[in-house]
Amino acid sequence: MSAQGETPISRRLSKVKHIIIVCSGKGGVGKSSVSVQVALSLYASSPNTRVGILDVDLTGPSIPRMLGLDGHPVHQSTDGWVPVYADGGEARLACMSVAFLLKKKDDSVVWRGPKKNAMIRQFLSDVRWGELDYLIIDTPPGTSDEHISLIEHLSPVHSRLSGIVVTTPQAVALLDAMKCISFARTVSLPLLGVIENMSGYACPCCGEISNVFSTGGGESMAKRENIPFLGTLPIDTELVTLLDAAETEQEDDKPTGDEVHEGFRLLGRYKATSSAKLFGSIVENVLSGLARSGTG
Amino acid sequence: MISVQQPTDVPTNAPDHCPGTESDLAGKVDACEGCPNQDICASGQTKSTAQDPSTIPMINERLAGVKRKILVLSGKGGVGKSTFTSQLGWALAADEDIQTGIMDIDVCGPSIPTILGISNESIHSSSSGWSPIYVQPNLSAISIGFLLPSQSSAVIWRGPKKNGIISQFLRDVDWGELDWMLVDTPPGTSDEHLSIVKYLKDTAGVDGAVLITTPQEVALQDVRKEIDFCRKVGIPILGLVENMSGFVCPGCKTESQIFKPTTGGAKRLAEEAGIELLGTVPLDPRIGKSADYGVSFLDEYPDSPATEAYLNIVDRLRDILGDK
Repeated sequence: MSAQGETPISRRLSKVKHIIIVCSGKGGVGKSSVSVQVALSLYASSPNTRVGILDVDLTGPSIPRMLGLDGHPVHQSTDGWVPVYADGGEARLACMSVAFLLKKKDDSVVWRGPKKNAMIRQFLSDVRWGELDYLIIDTPPGTSDEHISLIEHLSPVHSRLSGIVVTTPQAVALLDAMKCISFARTVSLPLLGVIENMSGYACPCCGEISNVFSTGGGESMAKRENIPFLGTLPIDTELVTLLDAAETEQEDDKPTGDEVHEGFRLLGRYKATSSAKLFGSIVENVLSGLARSGTG
Repeated sequence: MISVQQPTDVPTNAPDHCPGTESDLAGKVDACEGCPNQDICASGQTKSTAQDPSTIPMINERLAGVKRKILVLSGKGGVGKSTFTSQLGWALAADEDIQTGIMDIDVCGPSIPTILGISNESIHSSSSGWSPIYVQPNLSAISIGFLLPSQSSAVIWRGPKKNGIISQFLRDVDWGELDWMLVDTPPGTSDEHLSIVKYLKDTAGVDGAVLITTPQEVALQDVRKEIDFCRKVGIPILGLVENMSGFVCPGCKTESQIFKPTTGGAKRLAEEAGIELLGTVPLDPRIGKSADYGVSFLDEYPDSPATEAYLNIVDRLRDILGDK
């Protein structure tokens, strides 16, 4: 691996300051929804922060739906593919996913490893990411082709990489999260920390908390493995619904009056959820982690 | 301990980006130009047992005694494929005369050993092949989980190596006579899915697929792709199961929807796709707990509405596949 030489990918990503890979090992623990929340929270951290979100889950791409970008086409420019901007005219939340490239939304992507590898390389080298403060990469479950390819292709910019592990509290999820942590250690991917998702559900009627997927497992695992614990998120049905049915932002939608400080519509609706309030401290931990690792 | 399989089949004199001597692409890609091994690789002599011509006849022999084979698929991760496969296994095994085997082809995240409570077991090999691990005399399982040195070992393999272990599970495991073989799959539509479908179609065939989903659109989106996959590769779809469908608060007993079906849930998807909705299973926190502890949820909590839902789905499957 020519870590010192320039590659098309290192040139393309030369103005990307931090690359955060969100992984889990286990499926369905909330990698995509956490990736979106990390992206939205970092985006909102200042009026100038530029964030990109790359969805490398090629067979089950969820990011476009969550950002209200379902069905959006991708345009080619002379300088590569133009990412789709989730924040309308302001254009500082860029997104790319294989979902944008499918002719029909329900078409399956039935690719073996080499083709997936090639697509991921293209996403890194051919998309006009431009200047970004943060590039969040949402990954599929497992520790396989996509993950190996990412780390290999990103080796010229390895010093700017970090990872976040998402898990739910129960044992079957933690076992897979441990494999993900083993993977990160094998490839020397520094971990910013562990997020324990779906930890508890408050009945909307009486408020009683039920630990539908158990609780506390993620935090104990982080302690045991000496990895920072970024925070706990309970199940938030409002967030689930928001990300399930996000509305598309129109390009000429401009916030008016009081909404100026809310940013684009999805961001405004996200800020009103209980998860957004909890995520504030998670993002602070992420930023301290980045600062500590010397890339901050 | 880590199992990193990535470059073990790359010879020392290979160029950069060598696909590996055991890959389908061995000797055939641009990177192979000028490599001294190119001719040998392209001739196919270096390929692993996965492409060994004796594989297909051996798989045929192994599966000759298996009456019904079902794939449990989703597309989406975390919807309960492994949990459902295990409960289905236990439900079938409640009848002592029925022999059931579970094959777990989720190589990166094998959950079956944990859910069945046999995660500390290892596989024994004999002259008749690998023995599956028995949960009870009429319920056995095979999983890569039984082959790993520890539970935290990661399997960091590219597609071809995953393909290889799947062919071994089919070729080398001595299942004996089975009334049902349940294949638990990882999420997605990739190497593992293509491999199992190819091997089964080339040999003993597959009776159908059960698709698992949760009610929300982000899950349904992936399941639609899985339906498309089944149709592309010619696997009959037995039906759709909606998991985590409603939650009953243990306090006030009100039912609420954690994963709201913003686009009509599995019911609407089944209608649109022309497939049967086999059933909906509510979210009972004791399901996850039972899975973590490796005990049968159906046996521990026979009065749960989720148990009733699971058993109805099993009954329906047995009807469809003529096992009554």
